[in-house]
Amino acid sequence: MTEPSRLAVRKTYKLYIGGAFPRSESGRSYVVTSSKGDFLANASRASRKDARDAVQAARKAFPGWSGATAYNRGQILYRVAEMLEGRRAQFVAELVDADGVSARKAGELADATVDRLVWYAGWSDKIGAVRGAANPVAGPYFNLSTTEPTGVVAVVAPQGAPLLGLISVIAPVIVTGNTCVVVASERAPLPAITLAEVLATSDLPGGVVNLLTGAAPELAPWLASHMDVNAIDLTGCAAELAVTCEQQAAENLKRVLRPPNATPDWLATPGLDRMTAFLETKTVWHPTGI
Amino acid sequence: MSTLTPSFAGVASSNATLRAFLQGLPGVDRVGADQRAAMLATRSIKTTAKAQAIDLAISMVDLTTLEGADTAGKVRAMCAKAVQPDPGDPSVPKVAAVCVYPDMVAGAVQAVGRSGVRVASVATAFPSGRSSLDVKVTDTAFAVAAGADEIDMVIDRGAFLSGDYRKVFEEIVAIKAACAREGGPSGNGTAKSGNGAAKKGSPAKGDAHLKVILETGELATYDNVRRASWLAMLAGADFIKTSTGKVSPAATLPVTLVMLEAVRDFRAQTGRMVGVKPAGGIRTTKDAVKYLVLVNETAGPDWLDPEWFRLGASSVLNDLLMQRQKMATGRYAGPDYFTLD
Repeated sequence: MTEPSRLAVRKTYKLYIGGAFPRSESGRSYVVTSSKGDFLANASRASRKDARDAVQAARKAFPGWSGATAYNRGQILYRVAEMLEGRRAQFVAELVDADGVSARKAGELADATVDRLVWYAGWSDKIGAVRGAANPVAGPYFNLSTTEPTGVVAVVAPQGAPLLGLISVIAPVIVTGNTCVVVASERAPLPAITLAEVLATSDLPGGVVNLLTGAAPELAPWLASHMDVNAIDLTGCAAELAVTCEQQAAENLKRVLRPPNATPDWLATPGLDRMTAFLETKTVWHPTGI
Repeated sequence: MSTLTPSFAGVASSNATLRAFLQGLPGVDRVGADQRAAMLATRSIKTTAKAQAIDLAISMVDLTTLEGADTAGKVRAMCAKAVQPDPGDPSVPKVAAVCVYPDMVAGAVQAVGRSGVRVASVATAFPSGRSSLDVKVTDTAFAVAAGADEIDMVIDRGAFLSGDYRKVFEEIVAIKAACAREGGPSGNGTAKSGNGAAKKGSPAKGDAHLKVILETGELATYDNVRRASWLAMLAGADFIKTSTGKVSPAATLPVTLVMLEAVRDFRAQTGRMVGVKPAGGIRTTKDAVKYLVLVNETAGPDWLDPEWFRLGASSVLNDLLMQRQKMATGRYAGPDYFTLD
C-alpha cells in the first residue's frame, strides 16, 4: 500500500478593496484553471456592489494619494517593484500555469514587469516637466500649466497578459496621483491576486489600487455608468463591450481610453500616452510687473 | 400637571415618589435589546419598498447645523435645501424641519417661508445644559419669540444621574411653559394633535413643540434611558430625542429601541402619543432604513410619520438623495452632483 498523499490546499482567493481582502458581497466564486484545464484555485466573482464599494474606497483614497508629493509616489512604486521582485518565483509559476509558456519566457515577463514599474516610478516627478509649461502669452502675465490627476479611474485590464499587461495599465494611472478600480483578467486572475498581496504589504495606501476578479462584461458597464468615476480605461474590453461602455461613460463625460485595435506588444517600451490619458491640465494666469 | 392621567397624578409630587416610580419601571434586558435591534437591522428592504422608505426617511429628516461657525448664509443655504432637497428633481419630498441655534431662528423662519418645513431650535444652554433655570427659560423664550416651531431642550444629566429626578422634571415643565405662545391652543399645551392642525398654512403659530434630549451617551445604562424617557414624557415632552450629536456615542439602534418601547407603553397607559427622534451618527440610507424598520416593529406604523418620528442628521440626506437617484436612473450616483450641506 502506498503512503496517502498530502491533502491538497484548495485556495479560494478574495478581492482587494480599500486595502482589505473582502469576499465578494454576492458570495460567488469561480474555478480558475490552467491552460491545460487543471484546477488551480477558486477566485471571487465580484458583483456590481463590490465595484461600487471599490469606487467608494478609491474616492476616499484620492485626496491623500493625489496630495502626496510626486517624489513620495515614485518611492512607493519603487518599493512595490522591490516587493514584486521578492515574489518572482511565485509569479513565474503562476504565469507558467496560466499561459502554458516556458519557465524561461515566464521569467522574462516577470522581469519585464519589475522593470516596467521602475520605469513608471521614475516618471512620477518628471511628467510635470514634460506636460507642464510656462506658456508665452501676449500680456503682462506669467502663464503656467501644470498637470493634475483626473481622479478615480476604472481600468479593465487586458485579458491576455495577466501580469505584464496588468502592471502596464495600473502603473501609469497611479503614478500621476489617480486612484483606480481594476477588473483583472477573468481567465487568469492569479497574478492579479498575488499582485494585490504585494501591494498590501508595500507602502501603497489602501484604496489607491482596488482589484476585482470576475467577468468584465458584468462589471465594466456599472463602472462606466458610475457618476463618481472620472475616467475609464477599456483596454481589456471586447469590441462590443467597449462600445456599450463608452456610451454609458458619456453621461458624466468620463475620459475614455479605447481598447487598442491590435493586441499590443506589452514588452515594448511604452510611451507617455497611458499617463497623459488620465491627466488634466491646470493653467494659472499670474500678473507680472506690478 | 394636566397632562397626567389620574394613575400618574401623584407620581411627580416629590422626589421620593418620582424615584419610586422610575426605579420601579421594569429593567431593560441589555443583551436582549442589543440582539433584537441587531436582528431587525438585518431586514432586507428592496425595490419599491426601498423607494418608499427613502422618500419617507427624507420627509423625516431634521436637517441640522449646530456649529459655532454657522453663518446666516449657511443657514439660508440649508433652508433652501430643506425645502427642495434635489433641485433637479421636484418629486423629492421636503424634509421635516431645520434645526439651528436660537440666534439663527429668525433667519431660518424667513428662509423656509410658507413651505411647511418647520424650524426647530436647540435651547437651554445646549449642548451641556449647565446653566441656571432662568437662563434656560430665557433662551427658550428667545427662540420661541423668534418663531421657532419646535424647541430641542437638553435635560440636566448631572441632576438625573445623582437621582434628583424632581429637578429634571421641574425644568422640563418650566421649559414647556416657555414654549407657549399667544394664539396657541393653551397656555401649556395639552394635546399635540391640535397644534399640528393649527400650524398648517396658518401664520398665527401655536405653541412650540418640545423635544427633550436625553443625551443617552451620558446616561450609562439602558435602564436610565427608560427612566429618562418616562420622566420626560410625564413632564409633558412632545418628543424624546436621543442625543445632542456632540457626545459619542450618539444615537444607536438599541437605545432607540428602548425609547420606542417607552413611547409605546406610555400611549398604552395614558393615551397620549409622544414622538421619537434619534440624532447623530446616522449617515447612510441603510442606517435610516434600519431605524424605520425598528419603528414599525417596536412602536408600530402609527409612528411612521414625520409628525411622530424624526431623524436628526444632515449627512444622511445626501446619501438618501444619491440612493434615490440610483433607483431612478439605474446608475450609481456621485457626491459631486449634490450640495455639500
